[in-house]
Amino acid sequence: MAVIFSRSADKYLRLTVLIALFGGAGAIGLIAYLSHPAVRDTGYAPAQPVEYSHKLHAGNLGLDCRYCHSTVERSAFAALPATEVCMNCHARVKKDSPLLQPVRDSFATGAPIPWVKVHRLPDYVYFNHRAHVTAGVSCASCHGRVDQMIVVKQTAPLSMAWCLDCHRNPDASVRPAEQVTNLGWQPDRDAAEIGREIIQAKGIAPPTNCSGCHR
Amino acid sequence: MSLIQIGQAGGTLTGRRYWRSLEELADTPNFREWLHREFPENASEMLESRSRRTLLKLMAASIGLAGLTACRRPVEKILPASRGVEDYIPGNPLYYATAMELGGAAAGLMVEAHDGRPTKIEGNPKHPDSRGACSAYAQASVLGLYDPDRSQHVARGGRKSDWEEFARFAKEHFTGDGKGVWLLSGYFASPSFEAVRGHFSRKFPGARWVEYEALGRESIERGAELAFGERVETHYDFEKADVILALDSDFLGVDSPGLNAVRGFARRRHVESVKDAPNRLYVAESRFSTTGAMADHRFRVRSGEIAEAAAELAAAVGLRPGNEPRRAWVAEVAKDLAAHRGRSIVIAGRGQSAEAHALVHAINEALGNFGQTVNFTAPARQAGGASLGELAEALSAGEVKTLVILGSNPVFTAPADLNFAANLEKAGVTIHLGLEVDETAARSEWHLPQAHYLEAWGDVRALDGTASVQQPLIEPLYGGRTAAEVLALIGGYPHERAYDIARGFWTARWPAAEAERNWRRALHEGVVEGTRAARITPKTRPQAWSGAEVERGGIEVTFYQSPAVYDGRFANNAWLQELPDAMTKLAWDNAALMSPATAKSLGVANGDLVLVAKGARQAELPAWIMPGQVDGSIAVALGYGRTECGRVGQGVGHNAYPIRTSDGPGFASGYEVRKTGRSYSLVSAQEHHSMEGRPLVREATVDEYRHDPEFAKHAVHHGPAESLYKNLTFDEGYQWGMAIDLNRCVGCNACVTACQAENNIPVVGKQQLERGREMHWIRVDRYFTGSEAAPEAAFQPVACQHCENAPCENVCPVAATAHSSEGLNEMAYNRCVGTRYCSNNCPYKVRRFNFLEWHKDVAESTRMVFNPDVTVRMRGVMEKCTYCVQRIQETKIRAKAEGRRAIRDGEILTACQQTCPAEAIVFGNLNDPNSRVSRLKKLDRDYAMLAELNVKPRTSYLARLRNPNPEISRIDG
Repeated sequence: MAVIFSRSADKYLRLTVLIALFGGAGAIGLIAYLSHPAVRDTGYAPAQPVEYSHKLHAGNLGLDCRYCHSTVERSAFAALPATEVCMNCHARVKKDSPLLQPVRDSFATGAPIPWVKVHRLPDYVYFNHRAHVTAGVSCASCHGRVDQMIVVKQTAPLSMAWCLDCHRNPDASVRPAEQVTNLGWQPDRDAAEIGREIIQAKGIAPPTNCSGCHR
Repeated sequence: MSLIQIGQAGGTLTGRRYWRSLEELADTPNFREWLHREFPENASEMLESRSRRTLLKLMAASIGLAGLTACRRPVEKILPASRGVEDYIPGNPLYYATAMELGGAAAGLMVEAHDGRPTKIEGNPKHPDSRGACSAYAQASVLGLYDPDRSQHVARGGRKSDWEEFARFAKEHFTGDGKGVWLLSGYFASPSFEAVRGHFSRKFPGARWVEYEALGRESIERGAELAFGERVETHYDFEKADVILALDSDFLGVDSPGLNAVRGFARRRHVESVKDAPNRLYVAESRFSTTGAMADHRFRVRSGEIAEAAAELAAAVGLRPGNEPRRAWVAEVAKDLAAHRGRSIVIAGRGQSAEAHALVHAINEALGNFGQTVNFTAPARQAGGASLGELAEALSAGEVKTLVILGSNPVFTAPADLNFAANLEKAGVTIHLGLEVDETAARSEWHLPQAHYLEAWGDVRALDGTASVQQPLIEPLYGGRTAAEVLALIGGYPHERAYDIARGFWTARWPAAEAERNWRRALHEGVVEGTRAARITPKTRPQAWSGAEVERGGIEVTFYQSPAVYDGRFANNAWLQELPDAMTKLAWDNAALMSPATAKSLGVANGDLVLVAKGARQAELPAWIMPGQVDGSIAVALGYGRTECGRVGQGVGHNAYPIRTSDGPGFASGYEVRKTGRSYSLVSAQEHHSMEGRPLVREATVDEYRHDPEFAKHAVHHGPAESLYKNLTFDEGYQWGMAIDLNRCVGCNACVTACQAENNIPVVGKQQLERGREMHWIRVDRYFTGSEAAPEAAFQPVACQHCENAPCENVCPVAATAHSSEGLNEMAYNRCVGTRYCSNNCPYKVRRFNFLEWHKDVAESTRMVFNPDVTVRMRGVMEKCTYCVQRIQETKIRAKAEGRRAIRDGEILTACQQTCPAEAIVFGNLNDPNSRVSRLKKLDRDYAMLAELNVKPRTSYLARLRNPNPEISRIDG
């Protein structure tokens, strides 16, 4: 009877199975790693239609976050400012700068400036800025030191696990209400201790059940 | 299943047994099979038959592609306005007070708008009739605004035109004294419209005016005129009435003069303890109405014999002594009414004649009810001019040069004997203003798009005279104009725009210094201060009551207002079409309702098409056997079978107008009914999710209740309930719960529509409904007890019961449904993989599965109705009532932001609770012993449905009480 398989066939078979197993696991692992929010989303820094520098405005000039994001204490959304808010200053300051041409155009025509969203949550997540800001969670907890960013970059993964970490242990992330927009705030004693006192005083109980965020 | 089978299987009934349909009563094999499937047959199969191989290919391909799409992050833009908008905060809704006009009366509303889109209608708490509640019609009207099939441009002779061309035409056309000009409209209870109309009439004195509503109040108004010699509006105070007799009047349902009737009645059904005495309701009617379901005694009487019964009652209460009533029940009811002088109400239905209404006024006067439970004001609406019959005659004689139709659809709704469609051809020019291109628009030279009330300025009075200003929530989507604007345009009124007309009218009535302030206040409050009509005491005239001639020949047909499509105007509203009728549970259809005995004598079964004919007039209608319907009388809802309608309503149901004539708008006898031999598929929501004959609704008579106040808790005996799982404790923070008072629920379905609007619930359509794929989170179950000829009925709203020991949670393989620390049974849609185990394990059958991508074909404009606070669910996920968790979260966040630690009782209203005119649903915190819901749950009537399963539902019910008259032993007269 003729030999169908060569002597080495067994070896190749084992090798193939081994490669398939490790390769498959590796591929799955790679996809999981790449699509994890911490990898995929963190560091996202798209180019904006206007080269607006948060470092200049919020950092060097010291504008409060709420000058532009004025709805953050009243609404779920920290809305972007209307063009007229920019023009409050830029009608006089740098009024001929070519960088500000899109802003002047928008003010003249009424067409909105198409800003690119940096911090994006899925549609089934109902994040509420008002709830967090009034509880004493700083802007910096989620958005990082925006006052040091020339181009805004996503610094936190904004994944569910990351949200829950804080909802389960909120102590260190709660600060006095007046320090919420002070991104570089340095507490004079243990931040967690201050947080615990505020949580006590305000009766803060961050939800960890589904409907806290999903409705 | 044939009726014979039902008859044989029905057998004898002992004790109080609840049944939902004749099939269930007969307990046929078909019914059992239906019952024992998790979902009805075909519900779990795919729509098109794709082979397994194709499916596998598709799955492989989609997995491959899914990997690719994940690589790229979608770029989203944020587009802030160039200039800020006053009061507008992105993400926060704004509320505006306005009013909707329906049938010549206002519903005061508070409309929620997100980003400039009205999304949800609520009742205006400051409006004297709405008081925070509203009807299913009003709830659904927001969907009508976004209807993509609305008329979108001016048309002349079928081709596209514009308002400028019409203005030029009107200027040339409307000259002289207006002879030959006729105007036709529905009821307008609008003060500023009346001003425009007055101006028009002065300019064109020869013009004639016709007011016509297919479901008008003509007999009620003429009846009052007969009784008092002047036009007055009658107001019934049901809250003060101990004994009520409804004569063919569905005053808790489609004959309702307003929500106050339901509210007042329900308040008298509130029983805290054995010391409270509920009111007593007698109903004599032909069709089994929702009012009949609430009755303590229901007498089946043909509509044609109601007037005769009223005459007997008049004699029995001493109006014409000496005549002994032939009907035994009349004598007993008369005794009861007489024993409650000044605290009773007799009310006649609008289908009854003006003479019957006048007689009922006399009876109420004899019972001393005037000034007590029955009061009068001047009418809210100016009288109409000529009748539709006169217009039809003028049309037929060729005397009508110009016919202006403002918002009506007479070609569809006019009585059959007027041959309106044919006569309309003889008019010189017809100008039609309407929301849609309907049957009348198709036969008119000019068609003008009408502005929806949510995009129009205007004003409207409630029946008690209180005026509300209508303010728009949005610019007209399709350039529509209001009736006042069109009339102002052709009549040359000083103001042209609706805003100037309405504002001009009101500010002219106020001192100049206060005008602006008063106007702003009226807009803010939703009611104009000081417009409520004063009570008057009209003098009764002696009446010559000759006694009605009762036609007993042939079969009687009664025509009633559809609780879904009204007179046909809401036919293109999918929310209303899908709303199951409270009594028949039919959706997407009307039917010829007949009693089991009538059906037997005609030899028809459910769905058989019958020809209902009188002379040459005939209509083909599907039969539906309705227990409790009087023998020899057929009831049919109007408004179905539209031929020129949008995509939703086109051809849905069967048109009953062709057999309705001017002499019998409410009912007429002498019809012949024949089986055609063909059948039609009617879809009823009644047998879905049946609960296997356990005592779900619990009720007792007041006597039984006094004997055993905790009868509801004693209805089921079971051993100690133990759980396999660790018992969770819920004693901290908020613990949400709900109490539903079955004694109050009148089955109006407003909660179902409110829930649909609030929670983005899709519409599935008739075909999918037949497969049991309905999506309503709350349903109103209707159960019958007693015999199939003369049953009693009870309603039970059922939504997710939020069990503490939720059976659905244990079986979910992916933990998509879980419990919150506040006792909510939660559903995370993004986790759900669609196994449907949870629904299988739910004893209440309240979970709803997205079998298809219901929102795929939703028009772009209709997407604007979505509530942005609630996820729009996709195919393949389970959903159910959330206790309006978005409202809970929003209120909690608001309270925290305002520095409050606790939410006030009643601060969170679920959508169903908010709209309920009967105040039957109460939601709140169970951890607060003083909250309303906690106090209700402590009442002795409180019981939990299926408590024996140890699921510990958070929703509990207050058992129903009936208050029968011990003198009337038999329920049926």
